[in-house]
Amino acid sequence: MATSSYKRLGDQAFSKVEHINSELFMLTYGALVAQVVKDSEDAAEANRQLDQMGYNIGVRLVDEFLARSGIGKISTFRETAEIIAKVGFKMFLNVIATVGNWSGDKEYSLLFDENPLAEFVELPRDDATKALFYSNLLCGVLRGALESVSAPFHVYFFYTLLLLIRFYFIYLFICFIYSLRCSSLLV
Amino acid sequence: MSNGYLFVMVGADDVPLYEYGVLTQRSEESSYSYHFKIHAALDAVDECMWRKTNMFLPNVDVCSNALVSAFVTAGSVRLMLLHEFRNDDGIKHFFTDVYELFIKIQLNPFHEPNSPIKSQHFDARVKGLARKYLKP
Repeated sequence: MATSSYKRLGDQAFSKVEHINSELFMLTYGALVAQVVKDSEDAAEANRQLDQMGYNIGVRLVDEFLARSGIGKISTFRETAEIIAKVGFKMFLNVIATVGNWSGDKEYSLLFDENPLAEFVELPRDDATKALFYSNLLCGVLRGALESVSAPFHVYFFYTLLLLIRFYFIYLFICFIYSLRCSSLLV
Repeated sequence: MSNGYLFVMVGADDVPLYEYGVLTQRSEESSYSYHFKIHAALDAVDECMWRKTNMFLPNVDVCSNALVSAFVTAGSVRLMLLHEFRNDDGIKHFFTDVYELFIKIQLNPFHEPNSPIKSQHFDARVKGLARKYLKP
């Protein structure tokens, strides 16, 4: 299926779901991350907790995603990437990603132009947050969702560029999705 | 009339959150006389802010030859400016723009309310605004 038809599917799915205020969502997520950071000893543990939370969300989210988006049977790994990027993220976060860094049939990156979760966020430069992946919850969501429908994936932030030009938040993060074994999304 | 000024943001519990000043050469007064005057003006601002409904309080206090203007936010954060020149419009614009920057700082989940503002970006923006608006 062409990318444009996935985009159209994404738009349709987005229009079918309930919308909430994005600022409210961002503030809620921000409060969550701030609390997790306070409760954790270091950034690695905070990352892990966010990932675990995302995982719990993902295993439940995938059913709703499949039901609302009307995706049929997918046969190639490439298509799963496109669907996640165009339909999945559009439906829940109203952003789309581009699939890049495609390497073999095992790993690829999702590139975002803007981070829907981190509009007003500026990470303080202390030890607790230096190595923090602010949006690690998203990785967990992907991991959980993909694990429920097929083989386990490794999802992690490869690189996040949190430029301190605060109000021109070019928050570009590259998420590496690395499959343990080559598998396809069977519905 | 000199062009010196001192801008201080005071939190709800009277803790200073941010300050920036341009001091002119004064031989007889110490460099902290500006801070002292603003501190003394806090009482006047507190009194004034409950009487008036608008956020901007121009020329709320006078200390020797300097005026203090204030801008009170909904959360009782006071933006105080000690100045020796008169420029109500410029000061008002300055306050409103700094207020918007301050709102964005507040939206940062890692910022504790009423804690000092250490963001360098905020600092740079405020300095730019001060250069732009705070002249007679």
